Amino acid sequence: MKELTIAATVENIQTVTDFVNEQLEAIGCPMKAQTQIDIAIDELFGNIVHYAYHPEVGAATVRVEVEEEPLAVRISFIDHGISYDPLARDDPDVTLSAEEREIGGLGIYMVKKIMDNISYEYKDGQNILRILKKI
Amino acid sequence: MVITKTKEGTSLTLVIEGRLDTTTAPQLESELKSNIDGVDKLVLEFSSLEYISSAGLRVLLVAQKIMNKQGSMVIRNVNEDVMDIFDVTGFADILTIE
Repeated sequence: MKELTIAATVENIQTVTDFVNEQLEAIGCPMKAQTQIDIAIDELFGNIVHYAYHPEVGAATVRVEVEEEPLAVRISFIDHGISYDPLARDDPDVTLSAEEREIGGLGIYMVKKIMDNISYEYKDGQNILRILKKI
Repeated sequence: MVITKTKEGTSLTLVIEGRLDTTTAPQLESELKSNIDGVDKLVLEFSSLEYISSAGLRVLLVAQKIMNKQGSMVIRNVNEDVMDIFDVTGFADILTIE
């Protein structure tokens, strides 16, 4: 297990991505899965940046755990900002035309589709969002 | 992300290299805002686009809505990872992808 605690800012999305990618490369994660995980980081860490402490800046922790047999990566995004369960909202209607489309909720929907599991928990004043990707 | 811009008459081509995500999407948005007036053909060249997140999709949706009113928008040479995202989000049906 490795974790990084860092200020939740747009600039640090890259730092978090590099931190996770380093560990993915160490376990020989295929490029496609890595790309999908990087997208998930942009969405989930990005949500913390924009909403958890707004308009203040707070810290977030990103924890990476590798599971073996079958090989999988579990990444937890932890913040102590306002309580928010992104999984509670309805999935967006992805069949609407451009004019009818709203972009809200699309990020979390994408993450649901490209990860193997996603879960949310509010515990001890912390939002804990976990994703699991089979490698 | 690097954006290379070519404007010929009322046709605008943007070649986008790298990642279109929370960090870089504002860059594309401002590039479009300052160049889209009077354009009736917008081409986005994606052969060197590594991936796209919802922040990038938002900018594409805004651009598509503008171009629906004033002309056409085409996205070229989308790689497999980006196409997966377009499929999952239904953007494959909204955008014109060549």
